[in-house]
Amino acid sequence: MGHSPFTPGVAAGRLPSEAMTRNFGDLHPPLDAHEATVAADRCYFCHDAPCMTACPTSIDIPLFIRQIATGTPEAAAKTIFDQNILGGMCARVCPTETLCEEVCVREVAEGKPVEIGRLQRYATDKLMAKNSHPFSRAAATGKRVAVVGAGPAGLSCAHRLAMKGHDVVIFDARTKPGGLNEYGIASYKSVDDFAQKEVDWLLQIGGIEVRQGQALGNGLSLDALVAEYDAVFLGIGLAGVNALRAEGEEVENVADAVDFIAELRQARDLGALPVGRNVVVIGGGMTAVDAAVQSKLLGAENVTIVYRRGQDRMAASGYEQDLAASKGVRIMTHAMPVKVIGNGAVREVEFEYTEDGPGGLTGTGERFTLPADQLFRAIGQKLDGAPEGLALDGGKIKVSGAGRTSVAKVWAGGDCATGGDDLTVTAVAEGRDAAEDIHASLS
Amino acid sequence: MADLSSEFVGIKSPNPFWLASAPPTDKEYNVRRAFEAGWGGVVWKTLGEEGPPVVNVNGPRYGAIWGADRRLLGLNNIELITDRPLEVNLREIKQVKRDYPDRAVVVSIMVPCEEQAWKSILPLVEETGADGIELNFGCPHGMSERGMGSAVGQVPEYIEMVTRWCKQYSRMPVIVKLTPNITDIRKPARAAKAGGADAVSLINTINSITGVDLDSFAPEPTIDGKGSHGGYCGPAVKPIALSMVSEIARDPETHGLPISGIGGVTTWRDAAEFMALGAGNVQVCTAAMTYGFKVVQEMISGLSQWMDEKGHASVADFVGRAVPNVTDWQYLNLNYITKARIDQDACIKCGRCYAACEDTSHQAISMSADRVFEVKDDECVACNLCVNVCPVEGCITMEELAPGAMDERTGRKVAKEYANWTTHPNNPAARPAAE
Ligand SMILES: Cc1cc2nc3c(=O)[nH]c(=O)nc-3n(C[C@H](O)[C@H](O)[C@H](O)COP(=O)(O)OP(=O)(O)OC[C@H]3O[C@@H](n4cnc5c(N)ncnc54)[C@H](O)[C@@H]3O)c2cc1C
Ligand SMILES: Cc1cc2nc3c(=O)[nH]c(=O)nc-3n(C[C@H](O)[C@H](O)[C@H](O)COP(=O)(O)O)c2cc1C
Ligand code: SF4
Repeated sequence: MGHSPFTPGVAAGRLPSEAMTRNFGDLHPPLDAHEATVAADRCYFCHDAPCMTACPTSIDIPLFIRQIATGTPEAAAKTIFDQNILGGMCARVCPTETLCEEVCVREVAEGKPVEIGRLQRYATDKLMAKNSHPFSRAAATGKRVAVVGAGPAGLSCAHRLAMKGHDVVIFDARTKPGGLNEYGIASYKSVDDFAQKEVDWLLQIGGIEVRQGQALGNGLSLDALVAEYDAVFLGIGLAGVNALRAEGEEVENVADAVDFIAELRQARDLGALPVGRNVVVIGGGMTAVDAAVQSKLLGAENVTIVYRRGQDRMAASGYEQDLAASKGVRIMTHAMPVKVIGNGAVREVEFEYTEDGPGGLTGTGERFTLPADQLFRAIGQKLDGAPEGLALDGGKIKVSGAGRTSVAKVWAGGDCATGGDDLTVTAVAEGRDAAEDIHASLS
Repeated sequence: MADLSSEFVGIKSPNPFWLASAPPTDKEYNVRRAFEAGWGGVVWKTLGEEGPPVVNVNGPRYGAIWGADRRLLGLNNIELITDRPLEVNLREIKQVKRDYPDRAVVVSIMVPCEEQAWKSILPLVEETGADGIELNFGCPHGMSERGMGSAVGQVPEYIEMVTRWCKQYSRMPVIVKLTPNITDIRKPARAAKAGGADAVSLINTINSITGVDLDSFAPEPTIDGKGSHGGYCGPAVKPIALSMVSEIARDPETHGLPISGIGGVTTWRDAAEFMALGAGNVQVCTAAMTYGFKVVQEMISGLSQWMDEKGHASVADFVGRAVPNVTDWQYLNLNYITKARIDQDACIKCGRCYAACEDTSHQAISMSADRVFEVKDDECVACNLCVNVCPVEGCITMEELAPGAMDERTGRKVAKEYANWTTHPNNPAARPAAE
C-alpha cells in the first residue's frame, strides 16, 4: 500500500480500494423501471425496423421494446433469447453505436437513438433474476454433437442443438467456460461475475456437458471427434496474437494486451494487480482501448495508445475512442514502434512517425520516445492451432453457408471462421445458425 | 403456458384478439396477412346491399388527436362501409375461410331496414362458410343519414326487429354491434337480446370533430373547406367503452349475454380489462391501423404472461371477474377513508400537486420556502387529484386509515362498518337500518 499514480515503475495498489471499486463498476448502470418505461416509450415500433436488420442476431427489437412498455419485461426477454441466447452479454458489450442504435430512425432524425442496448439489459436481467430457464428440450434425437470452444459461438451453438434434442459435449482448453466473455471483455462492461452466471443459466436447458481443460491439438484430435460424434462445431476463437517485430521487445513488462486483460478479469483483488506509472499500448482496436482504459482505471498516471495509421482507420469505434479520452487516455496516431529500450525491463519505447503513401505505410524518418514502464501489444489476434486438413482463407477457417467447413460433418463459427465481424453478437449468430444447419443435416 | 384459445358464441379462435370491421379487414389481402401475423379472427369490413357499392370521399377521411411525442391517442373517420362490390367480398371471404379454418371469420352487414333486404343478403353470406354475422348498427356518419348504422342503433325497436329477421333467415350466430351515441346503452342491448341476438359487440365509433382549422374555419378532417362529424376511436375512447361494456354485463336483463369488447384496445392489458368487465373477447381497429398487424404479438405474449403469473389456465377463468365489483355510487363505502401521502424521496419538487389542490381542490397541500410539499390531513378529502397530476409515478399514494384511526378532517374516528349513502343521515330518502 501507500502507492499512488506517481509511484515509479510497475506497482500494485495505486488507488484506494473505493476508487478502484468505483472505477470498475458498471459502465452503464442498469435502467430502473421508470427509466425503462421512458426509454421504451420512445420506440416507434417501426415497420421492418432498421435496428432489427442491423442486429447480427436479428432480435425483434420493436416487439421486445413494446413488451417492456406494456409491463412484461419477461416476455421481452423471451423475444430476445429466441434469437440470441447470450442477449444478456450482448446487451452489455455490443457496440450498439455501430449496430442497432446507429440505424435507429430516431438516431438518424434526432441524433438520439432509442437506448436499445440498455433496454435489452433491463429485460434480460429481469428474466434471469428469476433464475428460471425459458426454453425446454425437444424429444431426444439420440444424436451427439461435439462443440469445441465454450465462447459465445460454441455456447450459442450448443444451446440451440440441445433445444433441438441433441446431446452436446463442449470441449474447452481453459479452466472456465465463456471464452472472451470471461477472459476478454472489459471488466466495467460485465460486472459481478456475469459471464459465469450467464453460462450457468444457459446450461439449465440440460443436455450439455462441458469439459474444461480439453484442448484440440493437445490430446484431442478432430479426426477422433469426427469419428465419435455425429457432427462437430469449432468455435475456438483466435488464440494466437500477432507479433510486433520491434527491436528489443523480449524485455520484461512487455506483454500481450489480451493476456493482461485476462489476468485482470481473473484477479480477485484488483488492488494487488500491478500496473505501470507510464503505460503504452500499441494498436487501434477494441483490445487496445480496453487495455489502455483499464490501465488508467488501475491508477496508471500516463496511458498512451499509439496507432500506426490515422484515427479514421482505427478499428475502435468513435464511441470507444471517446470513452478512452474521457478516462484520460491519450491517443497518438501515425506512429510505429521501432525499438523497445530498457535494461532487463522496458523503460522507453522509440517510435517513428508514419505516412500513408502510394506504396503503403512508410516511416518518415522522424523519431520520438515515450517513457514506458509497461508496454502492451494489441495489434490483433490470429487463429492458432487450427486442426490439420481444414481449408483456411485469410488466416481463418474457411466456411460457406451456415458455417460449413471444407470437411464433412465439421462446422465452424465465431472469430475463428471467415465472415462477419469479430464481435460477441456475430459469434452468437454464427453458432446458432450452424446449429440449425447441423440439426437439418442430422434429421 | 396459459391457453389463449377462445370460444365466443360457439365460434372458435386460437386467441381472443379479433380485428374489428374496418379497413384492416376490407379485403382478402389484408386478412390473410393479419392471420399470418397471428390474429385470432376478423370481422370483415361491413358489406352493403347488392348493386352499385357506396362511394367514399376522395379527400382525407381521418382526423387525429396526439399526445406527447405525437403518440396517436384518438382517431376520427368519415369512411363508409365497404366500397367494393358485394360479390368480390363474398368470394374473398369464402376463400379466406377455407384456407384458415381455425380462425374466426365473421361478416359485418348493413342493409336498409327492410325485411327483404336482410332476407336476400343473409343466404349469400351464409354460403361463404363464415362463422357468424355482425349487424352494424353503429356507424355514426354518412350511413346514418341514409337511415342505417347508428340511425338503427339509436332505436331499440328497430334493433329488435332486424335481429329477429336475421335469426329467422339464417343459422349463423348473430352479433349486434352497438353505437355508443346513445344515452343509455342498456336499452339497445336489451333490444338485441329480445330479438334473439347471440351476442352484442361494442363500441362502434363516437360522433366527433377532432379540430377546427383556425385559418379556414373548417372542421377537421376537411374536404374542400367543409367537414362533417366523424366517428372517434382509439385509446381515447377506451374508458367510455369499458363503462358501456360493464353496464351491459351487470344489467340483470342482459347479464350473461356474450359481449365482444371494442374501443381503444391497444395492449394486452386493455384486452384483459375489457374481458374482466365481461367481454368474452376483444376487437381491435385503431391499434392495428397505427402500428400494423404485428402489434397482436405483444397482446398474445402479454396476456399469456399475465395469465401464467395469476394462474388463469384459460381465458374463461377471468372473463367477468370484475363485474361484481362494478356498482352504483350509492353503494360505495363512505367509511373507507384515505389520505394522500407524498414520498419526499421520490418528489422532484415541481409543485403541480400544490397548484392542483390549492387552486382547484381543498387547499390540503402545504408548500415551504424550500419547496417541500406536504399533505394537511385535516384538509385532505382524499380526492386523488394530486396523485393524477403528479408526473412521478408512485410518488403520491393514497393511504387507507385503519378503523379506529382519527380522521383529522372530520374529527371523527374511522368506523369499521361498511356504510353507504342509502343509510346516511344526510340522505332525505335514507331508510333506517333494519331493526
Ligand atoms: C479484449 C477484447 C475485448 C473485446 N470486447 C468486445 C466488446 O466489447 N464487444 C464485442 O462485441 N466483442 C468484443 N470482443 C470480441 C469478442 O470477444 C469475440 O468476437 C468473441 O468472444 C468471439 O467468440 P468466439 O466464441 O468465436 O471465441 P472466443 O470467445 O475466443 O472463445 C473461444 C473459446 O475456445 C477455446 N479454445 C481456443 N482454442 C481451443 C482449442 N484448441 N481447443 C479447445 N478449446 C479452445 C477458448 O478457451 C475459448 O473458450 C473483444 C475481444 C477482445 C480480445
Ligand atoms: C376507418 C374506420 C372504418 C370503420 N368502419 C367500420 C365498419 O365498416 N363497420 C363497423 O362495424 N365498424 C367500423 N369501424 C369501427 C371499428 O370497427 C371499431 O368499432 C372502432 O374503431 C373502435 O375500435 P378501436 O378503438 O380499436 O379503433 C371503423 C373504424 C374506422 C377507424
Ligand atoms: S395511407 Fe397515405 S398513401 Fe396510403 S392511401 Fe392513405 S393517403 Fe394514400
